[in-house]
Amino acid sequence: MRQVNYTILENAPLTASVYRMALRGDTSPITAPGQFVNLRLDGLYLRRPISVCDVDGDMLTLIYKVVGKGTEQLSRMQPGEALDALSGLGNGYDLACAGDRPVLIGGGVGVPPLYYLAKKLIEAGRAVAVCLGFNTRDELFYENEFRALGCDARVATVDGSYGTKGFVTAILPDAPTHYFACGPEPMLKAVFRALDCPGQLSFEARMGCGFGACMGCTCETLTGYKRICKDGPVMRKEELLWNAQG
Amino acid sequence: MERTRVNLLGIELDNPVIPASGTFGYGREFAGLYDIDILGTFSFKGTTLHPRLGNPLPRIAEAPSGMLNAVGLQNPGVDKVISEELPNLSKIFHKPVMANVSGFSIEEYAETCRRLDACAQVGWLEVNISCPNVHHGGMSFGTDPVQAAAVTKAVKAVTSKPIIMKLSPNVTDIVSIAKACADAGADGVSLINTLMGMRIDLRTRRPVIANVTGGLSGPAVFPVALRMVYQVARAVSVPVVGMGGVSSAEDVLEMMMAGATAVEVGAANLVDPFACKRIIEDLPGIMDKYGIETLDSLKTGGSTAG
Ligand SMILES: Cc1cc2nc3c(=O)[nH]c(=O)nc-3n(C[C@H](O)[C@H](O)[C@H](O)COP(=O)(O)OP(=O)(O)OC[C@H]3O[C@@H](n4cnc5c(N)ncnc54)[C@H](O)[C@@H]3O)c2cc1C
Ligand SMILES: Cc1cc2nc3c(=O)[nH]c(=O)nc-3n(C[C@H](O)[C@H](O)[C@H](O)COP(=O)(O)O)c2cc1C
Ligand code: FES
Repeated sequence: MRQVNYTILENAPLTASVYRMALRGDTSPITAPGQFVNLRLDGLYLRRPISVCDVDGDMLTLIYKVVGKGTEQLSRMQPGEALDALSGLGNGYDLACAGDRPVLIGGGVGVPPLYYLAKKLIEAGRAVAVCLGFNTRDELFYENEFRALGCDARVATVDGSYGTKGFVTAILPDAPTHYFACGPEPMLKAVFRALDCPGQLSFEARMGCGFGACMGCTCETLTGYKRICKDGPVMRKEELLWNAQG
Repeated sequence: MERTRVNLLGIELDNPVIPASGTFGYGREFAGLYDIDILGTFSFKGTTLHPRLGNPLPRIAEAPSGMLNAVGLQNPGVDKVISEELPNLSKIFHKPVMANVSGFSIEEYAETCRRLDACAQVGWLEVNISCPNVHHGGMSFGTDPVQAAAVTKAVKAVTSKPIIMKLSPNVTDIVSIAKACADAGADGVSLINTLMGMRIDLRTRRPVIANVTGGLSGPAVFPVALRMVYQVARAVSVPVVGMGGVSSAEDVLEMMMAGATAVEVGAANLVDPFACKRIIEDLPGIMDKYGIETLDSLKTGGSTAG
């Protein structure tokens, strides 16, 4: 983890409420897909955690949804402005156990961290399937970007306005070797139930620090107490308490 | 360094800056960021006799100029702290550390303190009395002078190191609690712990924090903390460690002018992991700005608070 002052290169909407921000600065603290940065915003006491969507040299891409004060403020920032971040937080996904045919499963703003992950897996020669879930067509983003990487990208919308009607679990490929999931907890639980192969899931929590100091984000797992910010946000399927809950 | 030196209950500190309990873990996370030997000392995570997971999530909420927490004293228990955290700490921190202790009965406080008192690395015991007393319907030890004195006496009876009683601000008259602790033999007092508060999420119409209430800390509480430190320092003859919202070298000086011998920094470490390093580096320059030769001079009449 390091404190980095990034410079905003671009900050533009992808949908009505989801923005993509491109930043320039030291990306060396980021060592794995699935890690996050914690952003300091003027006048707000706590930092805001946002996943790393892509890293390319000294360019860092974030994708965020405007849901409250902080993300609203972020959406109004202009190219050229500086952004204070704690960078390279969390464990990130472990790519070593992906196997030949991993599937990446994302819902809503759980999709962004899967992009950097897909890029790394394609680089490693894996056949990557990506299942993207959105509520409706207007919320869709990054389908084409995943295709351009060479992924088998599939989309489900809850209202059926685009792709397959239903949840991401309706578009899962047959017999993947491993899954990587990020999204709202009900989606994670549905994926956990639907797939038998090993997997890794990324969780969210309200955070005091984001680097393991405050115990504000601790959850219980089968392998002990874990801080979502430091020992997570990625947890292995095998360690979740859900395994013990039938 | 001479200029910033202070003496806290017989131990010299290079400076009065002390990360507060619960915001610095057992030092590990920060040792990777800067040399934590620059600190005066630090107060480690509130330790209890038995391991605790703490409260359900969410435990954190934002507040104007501050935050609420309801961590619920998550810690590995005193035995693991002694067998694992302290040996690890000896590799990254080479000064006496302040051991912060919590408990839910007088016996538990005494036993945890007794075990930590025997550890060579421990310089002071800071006894957090903001916890609910399980034998008194969950009322906090820190809200009743009789209970606060009883904890102080029980801890003093089984320890040899300086005992600093850490006071709760959630009381009508903090001075009476401070006096009760001092009269019962406390070597010092520290204040303030967090102020009880809550937030409601407009979208869900439910409290943000699963525990409903949480403790407020950060710059929002600074004036309240300063006032309490001022009142207590005037009323007791034992040293006072001041905290609550301290985020800058200026805040440290203000706390000391109010009567604090040393100053703890809490929530600031969470939003700026380099906060204490920055404060320590800034101190000499800010002292110059206000014509303060040594911090010691603030104690011996250099302040208007004499
Ligand atoms: C590890 C991690 C990665 C994330 N990655 C992304 C991402 O890539 N894109 C994206 O759009 N969102 C992401 N989020 C969620 C994002 O952090 C929240 O949407 C954001 O903090 C909301 O801030 P706000 O001020 O707009 O909302 P407010 O509701 O005004 O925020 C109030 C407080 O609650 C916290 N909070 C609110 N919602 C969440 C939440 N879902 N998770 C954690 N804290 C929350 C805020 O940080 C703040 O402290 C991530 C969260 C975590 C924990
Ligand atoms: C996340 C968090 C955890 C805390 N845990 C403890 C604790 O275990 N024991 C304790 O005595 N105080 C604890 N405190 C209180 C602080 O040590 C300090 O008294 C309080 O936060 C006021 O200082 P501040 O405004 O600088 O944060 C905690 C505070 C925070 C923010
Ligand atoms: S948010 Fe502080 S430990 Fe995870």
